[in-house]
Amino acid sequence: MTINPDAKMDESQNGTEVYSTDPLIVKSTYSIDYIHSYAQDSEFFRALGKKKLMGSRCKKCHYGFATPRSHCMMCGAETEWVELPTKGKIHSYTTCYFGSEVFLPQTPFNLVLVEFEGFDSLFMARLIGAEQDDMYVGMPIVARFKRLQSFSPTDVYFVPAKGSEKKPAGNVKKKKR
Amino acid sequence: MKHKGRKVYMVSGGVTKFAKSTPDMDFRLRVKKAFDYALNDVGLTLNDIDGSVASYFSDHFQRQLMSGIMVQDYLGLTPKPSKRVEGGGATGGLSFQTGYEEIASGRMDTCAVYGFESMSHVNTWKGNEFIALASDTNFDYPVGGFYTGYYAMMAVRHMHEFGTTVEQLAKVSIKNHENALNNPYAQSPMKLTVEDVRNSPMVAYPLTRLDVCAMSDGAAVAILASEEKAFEITKHPIEITGIGTGTDTMRLADRPFGKVPLLPNEKPSDYKDLKYPGIHSFRAGRSAAKEAYEAAGITDPLKELDAVELHDAYTSSEIQTYEDLGLCKYGEGGQFIEEGKSKLNGKVPVNFSGGLLACGHPVGATGIMQGVFMFWQLQKTIKKHFKSDKLQLNNPKRGLIHSHAGTGTYVTVSIMEVPK
Repeated sequence: MTINPDAKMDESQNGTEVYSTDPLIVKSTYSIDYIHSYAQDSEFFRALGKKKLMGSRCKKCHYGFATPRSHCMMCGAETEWVELPTKGKIHSYTTCYFGSEVFLPQTPFNLVLVEFEGFDSLFMARLIGAEQDDMYVGMPIVARFKRLQSFSPTDVYFVPAKGSEKKPAGNVKKKKR
Repeated sequence: MKHKGRKVYMVSGGVTKFAKSTPDMDFRLRVKKAFDYALNDVGLTLNDIDGSVASYFSDHFQRQLMSGIMVQDYLGLTPKPSKRVEGGGATGGLSFQTGYEEIASGRMDTCAVYGFESMSHVNTWKGNEFIALASDTNFDYPVGGFYTGYYAMMAVRHMHEFGTTVEQLAKVSIKNHENALNNPYAQSPMKLTVEDVRNSPMVAYPLTRLDVCAMSDGAAVAILASEEKAFEITKHPIEITGIGTGTDTMRLADRPFGKVPLLPNEKPSDYKDLKYPGIHSFRAGRSAAKEAYEAAGITDPLKELDAVELHDAYTSSEIQTYEDLGLCKYGEGGQFIEEGKSKLNGKVPVNFSGGLLACGHPVGATGIMQGVFMFWQLQKTIKKHFKSDKLQLNNPKRGLIHSHAGTGTYVTVSIMEVPK
């Protein structure tokens, strides 16, 4: 017989963090390890370890993607892997002084969208070696690769090209109004 | 696209006051309050509602999946038909349009669209992280991981292409926070100067804290009905005469550099050298406007719209959206605010309520809140609901509401009109 009218549930010694009793507000924690597959994007992340920045080009309409995708958004055909130049230009930029919790310790950091000769779309990356006021649209920049790969898009980052200092005037095209 | 369904009307609405945190009420009770307000305003009971649409963005904020059915259950709407709709920041607008489709298709005669978000259960920077998970987690999230950063790059490019200035951005913030002074539902009404906006902490250049909307807890409900039912329920229903939805690539980096899809009041020569949309404009906003204008028969939006409630999560987005909606040409958005054309007494008041910047942005509720405020505006019942008629426009006949998801991936435009 397994019937036991005196059965007692085990007590937890963990305790609960309580912020307020009315309304009752308690702390609850959630964390998880994902088994994340880069799937058809894998080659991009592998190539960063060989100091190669990979994009893709449509086999049919030849649209060039600086951020690779395995099928073309213009015509739906398959694309093939192609190496990007390591030199590009700033298409746009910002400096983030705040961010998501995981990135807060890295602030301030620069984000750039990079344009490459011969490619139709852009690539987003971090830029170091320049501050907010140093950056400008059209600034020549160069890709660099981390020595220790973490298989993240941040294995590649950009720095200003030599001699890319802002000229005193005329960098920003402004329409008269 | 031609819309061939039945006519759809909005008959009532309700909104809770948006706040940073309301721990004494959970999302179910907040929706219940907005829902009861809407029912009571026109004397409806639960039996009068045929079904519903649940609008909320993130399961992460509360670590509760299926929040939609929990609201359906709490409101007493089970076992009636319902579904959840989700599309980032445009969740509210998409849900509003799903409600429209339920009526237009003839499936329902009355539909309650309820939206909510509880963002206060995590701190602001964790919240930003959750929101950033709505960007491509292979290529974008690990690099930037911050929507304000993405929008900041769009703003920088808009400034580069068109000469838009940070002072013009600040003027959007000033206008919307000031409008909110007379909106009792708003989270952060304020009187500001350009200096206040520019001197507040920089979040991501050029956007300061006062260029960016806040996170909120809140709920909003819109009740939609068929023509026959609508006029049974109220003497003053508001017709929804057109809906439009546009989309764009998930990654900003993938946006093409093509041609502007023209509105009837534009010509190809207006944009000879403009590469579109690039990252300076929201192609989805333009597509949504085009579809909605065709359905509603609008050919000159600036003349034919009396009020606009648009998705100003960032001051820069409001300026970009003036252009997408064709209130001015591409490149003239900065000038549009500078000249006061979108002010309460301007050519077309934009965000008379205070918008997201001043009302707050409990994501799933936001697009529906816009519908409710526009409904009251067109019904001329602002005084009744706001306890002040300062935001009531003189004789508004037609309004536009606009809802927008991260970097312009989903955008909705819906046209609301006083029935002729």
